[in-house]
Amino acid sequence: MAWLDTIVQGVLLGGLYALFATGLSLIFGVMRLVNLAHGDFSILAAFLAVVAVQALDVNPLLALVLVAPIMALVGYTLQRLVLNRLLGRGILPAVLVTFGLSIVIQNGLLETFSADSHRLNPGGLETASLALGGGLAVGWFPLLTFAVAVLLLVGLQLLIGRTALGRAFRAASDDGETAALMGIDQGRLYGLAMALSLAIVAVAGIFLGIRTTFSFASGPDRLLFAFEAVIIGGLGSLWGTLVGGVILGVAQTTGARLSPGWGVLAGHLVFLAVLLLRPSGLFAKSRRVDS
Amino acid sequence: MSGSATIVERTTPASRAGLVAAVLLVAALIALPWTRDAGLMRMVVEFIALLVLAQMWNLLAGYAGLVSIGQQAYVGLGGYALMVLADDLAVNPFLAVPLAGLVAAALALPTAALVFRFSGGYFAVGTWAVAEVYRLLIANTSALGRGTGRTLKAVFPLARETRELATYALAVALGVAAVVVVYLYLRSRLGLGLMAVRDSEPASQSLGVDVGRTKLAVYLIAAFGTGTTGALIYLNLLRISPDAAFSINWTAYTIFIVVIGGLGTLEGPIVGTVVFFLLRELLADYGSWYMILLGALAVVAMMRFPQGLWGLVAERWDVRFFPVQRRVHLDAPPRA
Amino acid sequence: MSLLDVRALSAFYGDFQALFGVTLEVAEGETVAVIGANGAGKSTFLRAVAGALPVPAEAVAFDGRPVGGRPSHALVDLGIVLVPEGRKIFPSLSVEENLQVGAHRRRPGPWTLERVYRLFPVLGERRTQPGTNLSGGEQQMLAIGRGLMANPRLLLVDEISLGLAPVVVQQLYRTLEAVRAEGTTLLVVEQDVSRVLAVAQRVYCFRKGSVSLQDVPARLTRERIAAAYFGA
Repeated sequence: MAWLDTIVQGVLLGGLYALFATGLSLIFGVMRLVNLAHGDFSILAAFLAVVAVQALDVNPLLALVLVAPIMALVGYTLQRLVLNRLLGRGILPAVLVTFGLSIVIQNGLLETFSADSHRLNPGGLETASLALGGGLAVGWFPLLTFAVAVLLLVGLQLLIGRTALGRAFRAASDDGETAALMGIDQGRLYGLAMALSLAIVAVAGIFLGIRTTFSFASGPDRLLFAFEAVIIGGLGSLWGTLVGGVILGVAQTTGARLSPGWGVLAGHLVFLAVLLLRPSGLFAKSRRVDS
Repeated sequence: MSGSATIVERTTPASRAGLVAAVLLVAALIALPWTRDAGLMRMVVEFIALLVLAQMWNLLAGYAGLVSIGQQAYVGLGGYALMVLADDLAVNPFLAVPLAGLVAAALALPTAALVFRFSGGYFAVGTWAVAEVYRLLIANTSALGRGTGRTLKAVFPLARETRELATYALAVALGVAAVVVVYLYLRSRLGLGLMAVRDSEPASQSLGVDVGRTKLAVYLIAAFGTGTTGALIYLNLLRISPDAAFSINWTAYTIFIVVIGGLGTLEGPIVGTVVFFLLRELLADYGSWYMILLGALAVVAMMRFPQGLWGLVAERWDVRFFPVQRRVHLDAPPRA
Repeated sequence: MSLLDVRALSAFYGDFQALFGVTLEVAEGETVAVIGANGAGKSTFLRAVAGALPVPAEAVAFDGRPVGGRPSHALVDLGIVLVPEGRKIFPSLSVEENLQVGAHRRRPGPWTLERVYRLFPVLGERRTQPGTNLSGGEQQMLAIGRGLMANPRLLLVDEISLGLAPVVVQQLYRTLEAVRAEGTTLLVVEQDVSRVLAVAQRVYCFRKGSVSLQDVPARLTRERIAAAYFGA
C-alpha cells in the first residue's frame, strides 16, 4: 500500500511537471526557441504572488488571477522587444540571451528577497487530504494541481485545434516564412506564444510555491524537470507532455522512497534511459530532437 | 589571359607583432615567481584557469557550433579525478592534473553518445542535465565525500612555497599549451574542416568532412582541457565540494568572458578574461549586482555587438594577433 | 495606371545578388507572365514583391504607393498574395484549415470557403484530411485556393505547372481564367512557355536576375524567346 501511495503521489506530481513542461514545449513548437530562463520565470511568478499576498492579504490562488496576466504581459514584451530580434540568427544568441536573463532574474530575486526560502499558504488547503479507501489518502492540493493541469491542457488543445490563433501557431510551427506570406504577423504571434507560455508557467510556479518551499535559486531545477518531461513524453505532443511529467514524477517519488537523496537523481536517470532507448520520446510527432 | 597569381597569406605584420608580444608575455610570466608575490601568483593561476575554460568553450560554441551549458561537469569531474588520483591512488598530484583531464575526456565519450542526440537549444539543456546527474551521483557517493566534499591531502608533505610554485608553473604551462594547441589546431587542415562545419554542416559534409567525428573530436578536446583546468583549480583551492565544483557559475563566467571578448576568435577570450577580472575587482563589494551586471552585459552584447570587444577592434583596424584564417589575394587585372 | 510598379529592383540573399535593377509593371486586371530559365530570378522576384526579401521602399509601388520593405503580412492586407513555388502546404493543418489560414487577414471579398470548394470540388471532398495527403495537382489547387481566400487584388503565382501532368495543368489554368474573370490581376511565373503565351497579355523574360525581353505574345517569336532565355 505504501508503494501505491508513492505512485499516486508521483502521478499527481507529474501534473505539476506537465504544467512546467507545457509552456516550454509550446514556444519550442511555434518558434524553435528554448527559453533557458523558463524555470526562473516561474519562480519570479511565485515571488510576485508572495508580494501580492502580503500587500493585498489574499489567498495565493487568488493572487494567481493577478500574477498570471502580469507574467503574460512580461512574456509578450520580452518576446517583441528582445527575443524576436534573435530568431533567424541560429541558436547561439537565443541560448545565450535567455541564459543571461536567467542569471539576471535569479540574482535580482536574491537582491530583492534575500536567500531565504519562502512558501505560499493557501489557508490549510495544502495539508487537507481525501481518503480513497483501503488506507490510501491523497492530498487535496496535489489533486487540485493535477486537475488544473489537465484543464489547462484541454484548454490549450482547444485553442490550438479549433481557433484561428491555434491554426496560426501550427502553420508558423510548420513553416514560418510561408505562414508570413499567408498574412500571419510572426512578431505578434510569437509574442502571444510567449505570453501564453509565461502565463502557464506562472500558474505552475504558484502551485509549486504552495506545495513546497522555494528560493531565488529554485528556477534551474524547474527548467530541467520541464525539459525532461517534454523529452520523455516526446516533442510535439501535448498529452505526451502530461505522460512525460507523470513518468518523471513517479520516478522521483519512487527514488526518494528508496533513499531521500535519490529522488531527483532517479528522475534524471529515467530521462537518460528514455534518451538512450527512445530518443524521440514516447509519443513524439516528430522524429528528430531538433531545435 | 594575363598570368595572375593567387597568393594565400598566413601571417600579417600584426600577427608577427602578436607573436613577439606573446613571447614577451610568457617570459614575464616565467619571471613572475621571482617577485615572491604569492597573492599575485594565485591570481594568475585563477586568470589562466578561466582563460582556458573560456578557450575551450569558445572552441565548442564559436568554432564547432556546439553550445554547451554543461561544461561545469568536466570542471567537477577533473577536480574529483584529481582527488581520487592523488589521494586514493597515490599519483603525484601535479602529474594527476593532466591525468584528470584524461579521465574527464574518457567520461566525455559516453556523455557525447547521449547529448549528441540533441541539437541546438535542446543540446544546451541536455548538457546541463548531464552535469546535474554527475553532481548528484557524486553528492550521493560517500567515498567521494558526499555533499561536504573532500580535501586534497597528497600535497600536505610539501612546503607551501613549493606547492604554490609548482601549481603556478603547471598553470602557466597549461595556459600556454592550451592557446598554442588550439591555435595550431585551428590553423591546420582539421581546423579548416571544423570552421567549415560551423558555417555549414551539409556543405562541409558534401566536401568530405566527417561532421560527426569532427564534432566528437572537438567535444573530447574541450572536455580534456576543461577537466585539466578543473583539476588545476582544485589543486589551487585544495578543497572541493559537489555544489561548488559543478556550479553553473563556471559556465556563466565562461559565457560572459567569451561573449564580451569575442566569440569565434582566439584573442576574444583573452580580452574577455581581462574585462571579467577588472569588473570583479571593481564590483567586489556588490555581491549579486555583479552577477546581474554580467548577465545584462552578456544579453546586450549578444544583441548589439555579437562579435565582442575584440571583434569590434579587429573589424575596425583589421588586426589579428592569432590569425586562423588565410588571406587570399587574387591578383586579377581590373575589368575592362 | 499600373497596379504594380516595380522600378530598378535589386535584391540580395546575404552577399549574393539575385536581382539586378528589375523594372516591370502590371496594370489592374491584366495577366502578365514572367518566363526564363532556372535560376534566372523569377521566384526571387515574386518573393521580393511579396515581402519575403528586404527591398528598398521606392522599388515597389502598389496602387501608386511605395510598399517596398513592408512585411509580408502587411502586403497581404493590401491584397498582394503569393501562391508559393512548391505549394508549401502546411502539413499540420487539414485541407480546410489550410484554406482558413489563407483568410487570416480577413480581407473582404467574393472568395469564401464555399466558393473555393465550388471551384475545386475535390478539395471539398477531402476537407478534413491533412493538407499534404493530397496529390501534387490537388495540393496545387489547395495552394491556389488558399491564396484566393485572402481575396487578392494581385495574385502572384509561382510555377504551378512544376511536376504536374499536362491534363492537370490545363485544369489549373482554366481555374486561373475564372479568377481573371473576377477582375483579379495576375502575375504568373511559368516554365511552360506555350502555356503562358496563351494566357498572358504581356510577357517578361528574365535572365540572370534582370529583364531580357518584354513584349506582347503576338510579337514573340521562338528565336526572340530563345535569345532572351539563353543570351545571344
